[in-house]
Amino acid sequence: MSAVEATAGITVVTVNRESCCGAGQCVLAAPAVFTQSEEDGLVVLLDPDPPAGLRDAVRRAQSHCPTRSITVR
Amino acid sequence: MDPGSSSGPASSSGSGLFEVPIRRACPFDPPPGLAGLRAAEPITRRVMPLDGTELWLVTSHDLVRRMLADPRWSSTVDGGLSPEQPLHMTQPEPGMFLSMDAPEHGRYRRMLTAHFTVQRMNRLRPRIEQIVAERLDAMERLPHPVDLVAEFALPVPSLVICELLGMPYEDRAEFQEAARTGVDMTASPEQSDAAMARLGAHLAKLIAAKREEPDDALIGELIREGALTDGELVHISILLLLAGHETTANMLGLGTLLLLHHPDQLALVREGAPGAADELLRYLSIVDLVMFRGAKEDLTLGGREIRAGEFGLASLSAANRDPALCEDPDRLDVTRPKTAHVALGFGPHQCLGQNLARLELEIALQALLRRFPGLRAAVPLDEVPVRENAAIHGLHSLPVTW
Ligand code: HEM
Ligand code: SF4
Repeated sequence: MSAVEATAGITVVTVNRESCCGAGQCVLAAPAVFTQSEEDGLVVLLDPDPPAGLRDAVRRAQSHCPTRSITVR
Repeated sequence: MDPGSSSGPASSSGSGLFEVPIRRACPFDPPPGLAGLRAAEPITRRVMPLDGTELWLVTSHDLVRRMLADPRWSSTVDGGLSPEQPLHMTQPEPGMFLSMDAPEHGRYRRMLTAHFTVQRMNRLRPRIEQIVAERLDAMERLPHPVDLVAEFALPVPSLVICELLGMPYEDRAEFQEAARTGVDMTASPEQSDAAMARLGAHLAKLIAAKREEPDDALIGELIREGALTDGELVHISILLLLAGHETTANMLGLGTLLLLHHPDQLALVREGAPGAADELLRYLSIVDLVMFRGAKEDLTLGGREIRAGEFGLASLSAANRDPALCEDPDRLDVTRPKTAHVALGFGPHQCLGQNLARLELEIALQALLRRFPGLRAAVPLDEVPVRENAAIHGLHSLPVTW
């Protein structure tokens, strides 16, 4: 499985590059947490444990992602 | 009473079903009747008045997103807009990935995603700014009134696609002419077939030239990556053109008209409100009555049992005005935080060109309103000719002066 996961901290963000369609909604919502790879255009997680101030932005990225490739715990 | 009954009489097909409301009473708003359906029966059996097909009409934000994200609903459908071509399952041409399902769809989509990322599109900004400035210069030299659709809304996106594909300057005028007729829904079938043939020939020539000397534009890069045949490259180019030309053009034309109706919002866009493109996309939902899908297997959606082989239609305009999506959804507010609107679709087919579209809309609208601070319609606003029954909603023309 290609999921990238981190376990430390309060917010844990996971992305699934298998289902990602490279729409970039996550980059628009939370550019400090998500980017798109120059290689394949798919999501790359920059910060699996973002600071509390970015929580809403990460939630927005999760809800706007068209392929539900982002999970937040 | 049936909540959709205001939309028209029961179908003449003998099924006794009510019709899908397709006619917008106001060019900016969803067809009347959809709001009632969304509240009362967000998934409901209806008949398409254009081709007579019976289908499931889906109108709530939640169910539209569920449907478009569900791989059991196939995109391999075509037709639906005329009695000659009723909605049917189809076998798409190699490269036409808009009408494909996984895994074929993903193979093509993945070859293109790297070329359409947010970062990549931002690198096109200076070129888009230049194209827009040149069109505004040309408009300034014309006698008034000027047709904003012909002189600005149509040429900007087609020149941007030429830039993206790497079309040489000397070929652009001819390419634009063929593209314009090819995507013109009001052209006769013979005219559009002939234009599409010219377009295909143009693209084949372009691809042959790039095979000789690949450059850094999209076709050159795809050739260098080496995985696609010439036939696939032609169809991908046509898809990009069809998907990116009329949509952006109609957003620019109809979006300008909408802003002329809302001077306070127009001022905010001129000042550079960052969320304006997404709010205009949400509010206008110009791609609406063409979001067809076909059920590949039996499934349930919103408590209704759907059988394999049945069709569905996601109403993006109804979903985008769902009170569950945002506060006061019928109010245009370019300052609202970005919503989870579905104007660009949802699921694996969500618009590939969305970050280009946002950039084009932002740059073009802001530059237009700054260049012509006194921009106004040269005809009464309610006399602007609206395209009826078009696959993509928009204006025929918009005479303006300043
Ligand atoms: C400006 C407004 C635009 C709107 C409203 C729009 C809307 C849409 C929608 C609703 C879809 C989903 C279709 C479906 O699921 O069946 C879509 C797909 C697509 N769009 Fe756009 N689009 C716009 C601009 C563009 C631009 C500028 C380009 C490219 C240059 C583009 C290229 C595409 C492509 C290639 C697809 C197919 C993606 C796939 O099947 O994976 N679009 N668009
Ligand atoms: S929003 Fe979802 S589909 Fe789009 S790039 Fe991010 S993870 Fe991928």
